[in-house]
Amino acid sequence: MSREKGYTKQNFLKGLFIENPLFISVLGTCPALATTKSIEAAIGMGILFTIVLICSNTLISLLRKLIPEEIRTPSYIVVIATFVTIVKMLTNAFLPELYSTLGVFISLIVVNCIVLGRAEAFASKNNVFDSFIDGIGMGVGYTMALCIMAFFREFLGTGGFAFGNIFTFIPYFKLQIIPKGYEISLFTTPVGAFIVFGLILAVMAFYKNRKAEYQAFLQRKERQRKAEEAKAKAAALAAHKPVEEAK
Amino acid sequence: MNILITFILGIISSMLIDNVVLSRFYGICPFLGVSKKVKSALGMGIAVVFVIVLATLICWPLYNFILVPAKIQFLDTVAYILVIASLVQLVGLFIKKYSPSLYKTLGIYLPLITTNCAVLGVAQGNTDQALDFLSSLANGIGTSVGFLVIIVVFSCIRVRLESANTPKAFKGLPIALITAAIMAMAFMGLQGLFSGINV
Repeated sequence: MSREKGYTKQNFLKGLFIENPLFISVLGTCPALATTKSIEAAIGMGILFTIVLICSNTLISLLRKLIPEEIRTPSYIVVIATFVTIVKMLTNAFLPELYSTLGVFISLIVVNCIVLGRAEAFASKNNVFDSFIDGIGMGVGYTMALCIMAFFREFLGTGGFAFGNIFTFIPYFKLQIIPKGYEISLFTTPVGAFIVFGLILAVMAFYKNRKAEYQAFLQRKERQRKAEEAKAKAAALAAHKPVEEAK
Repeated sequence: MNILITFILGIISSMLIDNVVLSRFYGICPFLGVSKKVKSALGMGIAVVFVIVLATLICWPLYNFILVPAKIQFLDTVAYILVIASLVQLVGLFIKKYSPSLYKTLGIYLPLITTNCAVLGVAQGNTDQALDFLSSLANGIGTSVGFLVIIVVFSCIRVRLESANTPKAFKGLPIALITAAIMAMAFMGLQGLFSGINV
C-alpha cells in the first residue's frame, strides 16, 4: 500500500469531522439518544465504546486473512461480543455507578452499527496500525458527538452543568445558569433527545447546503467572468479589425 | 386467570407505556432507515416480531438451563448474539423454502435484524431484570408488536412528509426526528395507563 505523508493524521481526523459516525453517517443512534442525559454519562459511554472499537478493530485486522469470507459477519460479532463482555465485567467490578447508569446499553455496544461497520469497511481491508488509528479516530469522534448532544440536553434540561467525576458521578461543583424552576425538564426525557438530535442534523444540513450554494455561486461567477472575457476579446478584435482593413 | 391478566398487562405495558423505540431507544437505526415506505416498514416490523419472539423463546431456557447450571452467566451476551445471528439465518432459510412469496417481502430485512438493538435488548433486559418465562415472553411479544406498530405509523407520516413543504435544511432525517419527538410526546401521555389497576 502506498502511503502518503500525513496519511495517519488524516486517517485519525476523518473520524472526528468528515466521517463523524453519529452526525454524518447517522450510525449508532440508539446509545446516542439513550445515554446523553448528562455529560458524564455521555463521556463514560464514549470511553467504553472507544475501548471496544479499538480492540475489535485491531484484532479483526490481525485476523483479516484467517477469517473466511462466508462467515465473516458472525466471526466479527463474536470478536466484538467478547470485548464487550470484558468491558462490561470490568465496569461492573470497578465502576459500579457507571454500570448502573448505562445499564443494558453497555451490552448493546455489540449491535452498535459503527463497530460492525468499521470492522466490515475498514479493519477487514487495512493493516493493524491503520485500523488502530481508525478505531481511535472514530471512537473520539463518537464521544465528541455524544458530548455535544449531552451538552445541550443537560443545559436545557437541568438549567446548568454539574461537573463531576466521570466514573463515580460525585459532583465537584454545580453551575446553575438558568434559575431553578425555569429549566425545561422535557429535554431530559426521550422527547428532548429526539428534538436535539433532529435540530443538530438540521444545522449540519444547513451548513452543507450553504457550502454547496456557495460553491455553485463561485462556479457561476467564474463562468460569467470567462464569458465576459471572451466577449471583451471579441469586442477588441472587432474594434481592431476595421483599423487593419483601413490600412 | 390471574396469570393471564398479568401476561396481557405485561404485553400492553411493554408495547405502549415503555414503547421500544420512543421511550427505551432500542432499534432507532431500522426505525429511521427502513421507514420511507409503508410496505417496507411493514415487512421489517413483521420480521422483527418473528425474530424477537423466537429469540425470547430460545434465550430464556438457554440462560436458565445451560448457562446458570454451568456457572458461565457472564457469557450471556456472546451466547445471545450467536443465537440471534443463527436464528436470523435459519428463519431466512425456512421462509425461503416454505414461502418464497413471503421471503420476497421479508428477505432483504432479515440480515438487518442481527444488528437491531431491540432483539438483543429484549433478551438482555429479560436476563438483567431476572424475569420469569411468562413475563419474558410478554416482554418479547409486547416489545416486538410495539416496534411493528410504531414503525408502520411512522412510515405513514414520513410518506406525507416527503411531499410537505419543509424548510430545506430539515428535509429528510431532521424533520423525521422532530416527528418522532412529537410521537414520543404523545406516548408520554400513556404513562399513567395502569395507575388504577393493581397487578
